[in-house]
Amino acid sequence: MEKLIVIVLSVVLVNNFILVRFLGLCPFLGVSREIKSSLSMGVAVIFVMTLASLCTWLIQYYLLVPYKVEFLQTIVFILVIAALVQFVEMVIQKVSPVLQKALGIYLPLITTNCAVLGVCILNIREDYNLLETIIHGAGAGLGFTLAILLMAGIRERMSLGKVPQSMQGFPLSFIIACLMALSFFGFQGFFSH
Amino acid sequence: MGFYNELIKGVWRENPVFRIVLGICPTLAVSTQVSNGVGMGLAATFVLLGSNVIISLIRKGIPDKIRIPAFIVVISTFVTIVDLFMAAYTPALHERLGIFIPLIVVNCIILGRAEAFASKSTVWMSIADALGMGAGFTVALTIISSIREVLGNGTFFGIQVMPEAFSPAVIMILPPGAFLTIGALLGFFNYLSKRRST
Repeated sequence: MEKLIVIVLSVVLVNNFILVRFLGLCPFLGVSREIKSSLSMGVAVIFVMTLASLCTWLIQYYLLVPYKVEFLQTIVFILVIAALVQFVEMVIQKVSPVLQKALGIYLPLITTNCAVLGVCILNIREDYNLLETIIHGAGAGLGFTLAILLMAGIRERMSLGKVPQSMQGFPLSFIIACLMALSFFGFQGFFSH
Repeated sequence: MGFYNELIKGVWRENPVFRIVLGICPTLAVSTQVSNGVGMGLAATFVLLGSNVIISLIRKGIPDKIRIPAFIVVISTFVTIVDLFMAAYTPALHERLGIFIPLIVVNCIILGRAEAFASKSTVWMSIADALGMGAGFTVALTIISSIREVLGNGTFFGIQVMPEAFSPAVIMILPPGAFLTIGALLGFFNYLSKRRST
């Protein structure tokens, strides 16, 4: 139990996927214009990350390891994620049109979100067991959502401010991300003892 | 559009990192040292070259509907080759780049070039495009990692370049420094290209 709490805190705050590990920066910069759409993106990412962590863990230990083809990991994982995203999209379309409307355009984008593949590979590299893998996947999604929400909140305010012309758009977003990373850095000493 | 033209556009006019802002994740994550940056740039260039050539060769045989999964399979094959190759010949670099080698698969630059260029062009032009874009990516990584290594560690390629009295700004090799560097550089390049066009 203690280890699970450590995993969650570490992946949400100390090793935040976006601000410390640099995974998933494309949606972080692309979809963070308004709080509402970034929340939808965050929810979709949490969902897909948890599912993908579960599936890839099962595939790694019940398919790749017994047949000694671990070197196929990259190919298999990315295909699984792509298929999974497609599948989730179809299910949502069938089951809940409301959810489909909210998440619709964000789901296809998630396939090429490096945070999803990243979390799957990290699960294997850190030797997590099944429960830890699921917690780690969900926690990583939570950390992603936290960062993208904060970013969207700041950017909504910044759009009202006066910014030098060459700094508008991406450059300014990176500077904001820099300050956010700096403040998240304060969590670094959390587990030092 | 000649071969040379395609080759040169990736370095400046359509530089993937500074002008189109693609492939940011690996750029920021590995640019703590110049040697990491160059290694990552070369690895991505190899994957880009391989995938562009193969995709351009088989472009007529791929049905339009499943082209993205097909591209991903081709790309991840080359990523696996690079991964195993680097593990065997440059284990230290392989260790430092860590999960960012398998993550070349989801580097938007490579899928972007496959979709926007290689699937519509001849093999010869695709080679030029891959080399140009790869060079642009490597140059961008080198610039960013030079700034970070010199300011954050006082060294360049591991060799001490700053005077003894300089105390390194450690923040530059930590995550916030990466965001600061690329934000400032992007602003600077925007300013330059605006001045050029007026």
